[in-house]
Amino acid sequence: MNDIAKSFVSEGRLISEDSLKERLIRLVTSWEAILALLFIIEFVFFSFNAPYFLDSFNLLNASFSYTEKSILALSMVFVIICGDIDISVASIIALSSLAIGWLASIGVESIGVLILAGIVVGALAGALNGLLITMIGIPAIAITLGTQSLFRGICNIVLQNKAYTEFPDDFAYLGQGYLLNTDIPFELVFYLILAVIIGFVLHYTGFGRKLYAIGNCTSTAIFSGIKVQRIRFYNFMLNGVFSGIVAVFLTSRIGSARPNMALNYEMESITLVVLGGVSILGGRGNIIGVLIASFLIGYLRYGMGIMRIPGKYMIITTGFLLIGAVLLPGILDKIKESRKLRRQQKEIDAERSGN
Amino acid sequence: MNGLKALHKNREAMLLLLIIVSILAISIKLPRFLHVENFSNILSDSSILVMVALGQFLVILTGGIDLSVGSIIAFCGMLGALINMNFPELSPIWCVLAGAGAGAGLGLFNGILVAYGKIPAIIVTLGTMGIYRGFTFVISKGQWVTAHEMTKGFMSIPKVSIFGIPSIIIYALVVCLLIFYFIRYTRTGRELYAIGGNKAAAVLVGIKEDRLQVLIFTICGLISGLAGVLWAARYSAAVNEMATGFELMTVAACVLGGVSISGGSGLVGGVILGALFMGLLNNSLTMFKGMAFYQMFMQGLVVIVAMVFNELMARSSNKVVLNRRIK
Amino acid sequence: MDSKPILELKGISKFFPGIKALDEIDFSIRCGEVHALIGENGAGKSTLIKVVTGVHQPTSGKIILDGAEVHFDTVQDAQAAGISAIHQEASMFYELSVAENIFMGHHLKSGGNLAPLDWKEMRKRTKELLDKLELSIEPDELVKNLSVAQRHMVEIAKALSIDARVIIMDEPTSALSLHEVEELYKIIRQLKSENKAIVFISHKFEEIFEICDYFTVMRDGKYVGEGTIAESSINKIVEMMVGRSLDQMYPKVEAKIGQPVLEVENLTRFGFFKNISFTLHEGEILGFFGLVGAGRSEVMRAIFGIDKLDFGTIKLWGKTTHISDPMVAMKKKIAYIPEDRQSQGAILKMNISQNITLALLDEMCKFGVIQKKKERRVSERFYRKMEVRSAGLHVDVDTLSGGNQQKVVLAKWLATEPKILILDEPTKGVDVGTKAKVHEFVSILASQGLAVILVSSELPEVLGMSDRVVVMHEGFKTAEFTREEADSEVIIKAAVSEVEV
Repeated sequence: MNDIAKSFVSEGRLISEDSLKERLIRLVTSWEAILALLFIIEFVFFSFNAPYFLDSFNLLNASFSYTEKSILALSMVFVIICGDIDISVASIIALSSLAIGWLASIGVESIGVLILAGIVVGALAGALNGLLITMIGIPAIAITLGTQSLFRGICNIVLQNKAYTEFPDDFAYLGQGYLLNTDIPFELVFYLILAVIIGFVLHYTGFGRKLYAIGNCTSTAIFSGIKVQRIRFYNFMLNGVFSGIVAVFLTSRIGSARPNMALNYEMESITLVVLGGVSILGGRGNIIGVLIASFLIGYLRYGMGIMRIPGKYMIITTGFLLIGAVLLPGILDKIKESRKLRRQQKEIDAERSGN
Repeated sequence: MNGLKALHKNREAMLLLLIIVSILAISIKLPRFLHVENFSNILSDSSILVMVALGQFLVILTGGIDLSVGSIIAFCGMLGALINMNFPELSPIWCVLAGAGAGAGLGLFNGILVAYGKIPAIIVTLGTMGIYRGFTFVISKGQWVTAHEMTKGFMSIPKVSIFGIPSIIIYALVVCLLIFYFIRYTRTGRELYAIGGNKAAAVLVGIKEDRLQVLIFTICGLISGLAGVLWAARYSAAVNEMATGFELMTVAACVLGGVSISGGSGLVGGVILGALFMGLLNNSLTMFKGMAFYQMFMQGLVVIVAMVFNELMARSSNKVVLNRRIK
Repeated sequence: MDSKPILELKGISKFFPGIKALDEIDFSIRCGEVHALIGENGAGKSTLIKVVTGVHQPTSGKIILDGAEVHFDTVQDAQAAGISAIHQEASMFYELSVAENIFMGHHLKSGGNLAPLDWKEMRKRTKELLDKLELSIEPDELVKNLSVAQRHMVEIAKALSIDARVIIMDEPTSALSLHEVEELYKIIRQLKSENKAIVFISHKFEEIFEICDYFTVMRDGKYVGEGTIAESSINKIVEMMVGRSLDQMYPKVEAKIGQPVLEVENLTRFGFFKNISFTLHEGEILGFFGLVGAGRSEVMRAIFGIDKLDFGTIKLWGKTTHISDPMVAMKKKIAYIPEDRQSQGAILKMNISQNITLALLDEMCKFGVIQKKKERRVSERFYRKMEVRSAGLHVDVDTLSGGNQQKVVLAKWLATEPKILILDEPTKGVDVGTKAKVHEFVSILASQGLAVILVSSELPEVLGMSDRVVVMHEGFKTAEFTREEADSEVIIKAAVSEVEV
């Protein structure tokens, strides 16, 4: 009887915790809310301080500078939610781009073939990562650190200091074109569609649920019959496919394939994911946060560009954002934890004085 | 009996054999490769790698990784060169001290974030890799410091001959000995193995992980800073992009030397030999026409092959132990 | 015996977020005393030990040593004050040598601050300690090459390497064989004659009555009582420990034993177990008893398809079946509730509903999309069935008590509607109330025709619940008893004896 009485007390308390105040606190302290607020502040700041910032054509056009990294971040979300990491993506882009450039240089005219080649090469590179990580059982960070130079090394060997610059005429549309007769870049639309798909898979399907399970607790996932290694392998392969897609856009946009292309993309896409509230330890985060983060960073760069702040400060800012994005949730957690401890102490004190 | 010890010994012997075989193979193709002067050259070139790889080794031993070493080298090399350019009357010693000090500071920043911010080392150093590289551009204003802007004294820091040996090799030797003593004969050094091996158990015997992490990141930064100044002096140029990708070389040297990437095991000797092999590989590739473009590919390949090899070796030695346990 | 206590704890409490691990604990020990600290798994003994040894700092309360209040901020502080401990989880560095493991944290030096470590002396002292324990291990041997029992002996040597006045032994015998236990007794008696104070934690009453002078009982993080061993009886202590009589604890319902459902023959996984054969029937509870490291969990993992078998056949309902992974096992209606609830059973940062449906996620999906309504229906049903207490299904599992977490894990596996249920230490770290409930539940399931394997290190549980008992020792099956044949004496003997080849 005592047990039942106790459970009622605890239920009552937990429900009262869900009061308006608590819910408000939870909403305001949610990571996405903070990001959105930051984005609004940033937007207002640049609107007043940067000339021509607030111009719909400029704003849409600026998306060219961030959609590729943002697309990369989407598949990276899967990898990181599983508790892995992939720092070879930029090199996979270079490799895929190499394949596209080579095919174009030997006279392949079909855009479809070029796109397919980029994606297939990306998928193969990703599959190699996945195979080494899941079959041999070496940490992802170590393997992708190796393949990072392996893949770019291949570009170095093939291209040396040359570049492929000849592409079919229509190829430019992918990375430079606009949707029908609008001012909306095709790339941006493609990114948003991919984001919706990735978000749906992550939040509404069994596969997405399994990703969270693996990231939170791999052994529980194994004991629950989830094929952990297979899913991790798919993730790395998907990351390769997305790198291939990005390679298509990037090659089309800059009109060339060189060994040093997409440098630092891995760092920037990981920053987007982590800044978006995905825990680097896996198991936590959602796609909305990543989406907001991509706009936040994208327009930060654009605004700083308009204000003529040199690019090197952007590297520094990105670095600090990456660290800050991991540091802050940790601090918030600590605060929440100590609040919890204090509440416990209060309850016990109350219990005692009640007795 | 001493199964693993024998294996470690084998690993070092194996590396040594690998190095000798490579040298012989190369010298068949390139007879001038075997000259004493060339060897001294290769050793000098590898010295920086040996030093920084040892710093990286300390970090990996505790289960971390430092991806910012290349950027620290660039920043400190640039800093040393700038000081020399702007204050040519100052003794080059100050440039070395400034570089090493700055490196220690940057390492300290990494360490504090890892230890007290509770952020994984990979993320912290991925971030600071960009930040420190950005700082390099900021202090250099995007310009290079070239040979004719440096004093003779500065450029001779790594080249002064002591007993006929270039001083850079002596520097590396001193670092090797210090790290060896640290790892083998001090409590702190031994505690690094404990943290990397079994964190929970390390806590139970009262090892303070936080302080050790700060310490080793600082040491790693210090060595990288020193290496940066030596780098700028040796190549008589301070470039913003210098030592890009060098972090991979240091990790490769460690993995090749038998250091477990998840921490807790590895020996100084292995790391030194691993670094020497990587140095030899790089150097010999530049001596063949057109082969310089193979460098990056070969580095990646070596890292991956070494890791796969380590993992398979560990598996088979585990199997031996298991089979002995229940007959 | 000195009458003044050397170490006294007064009103020690320790909170972790969401958990009240220790609640106003009092404890005192005198020199030359062997003091048993008794309580079920999860009663808070290990946490108390961590507070005393400086690993954790108490939320409130006093530690009094030699009449003066002390604060241990670090393990070194506690060691310097003369408190040393053998912790329950083997806290070893596998890649390092025996000597190094013993001296980690307090390496010996040949001189002042800058002097190098004295490896020679450490080796010598290690050798002496090992000799004292009659262990034939070389100081340079790597710990990963030792057997589980040897590792535990090294842990003991480690505790003795510090010149301590208070030595705490947290389940030191859980993996030791008979001979080694005798060695340990010798050491304890010697320490006692040297006027040291020893805190002895064990689940085995024979040991407590053999070696201890005094006892303190804890339950659910609280102090229950104390007394001298000589003036006490097992029944009295058990009642204090459990808070209710034994019949209520093991409510075994008679079930009709039916057809054999699982027959395994000569199961072997190199290095873990060898030639394990047994049969499990419908409606039967088959107990698996053995020391820590005997290989019981490993057998179960292999049957469930998590680890690969090297040899042996598994027959389900008379048909030879190859179980390549847990998915296959689940399709064959096997459920395995693993030993470690928090890292193998549940996902702490997911809510109750998501946890309950995790093992049947594919069934919850249509074209890969999770059917929220179906998920809610299934999880609600088993949430009710297991009587989980929480504010609702949306609550994260890490906010629940140990007992409720275990109920969620049970609900998760019952939701797969198994015919064979493997329970690995199902009552480890849960409160007494839940424990009785779990037992009752398992009993009812068996009476409904479920075949149950119960792996447990608690002898009363195995004796109270099982229809038959299989005993393992160092990877081999050493005995099998029917309910009538089984008593604590024969089972313990089978669990600690070497196998004759």
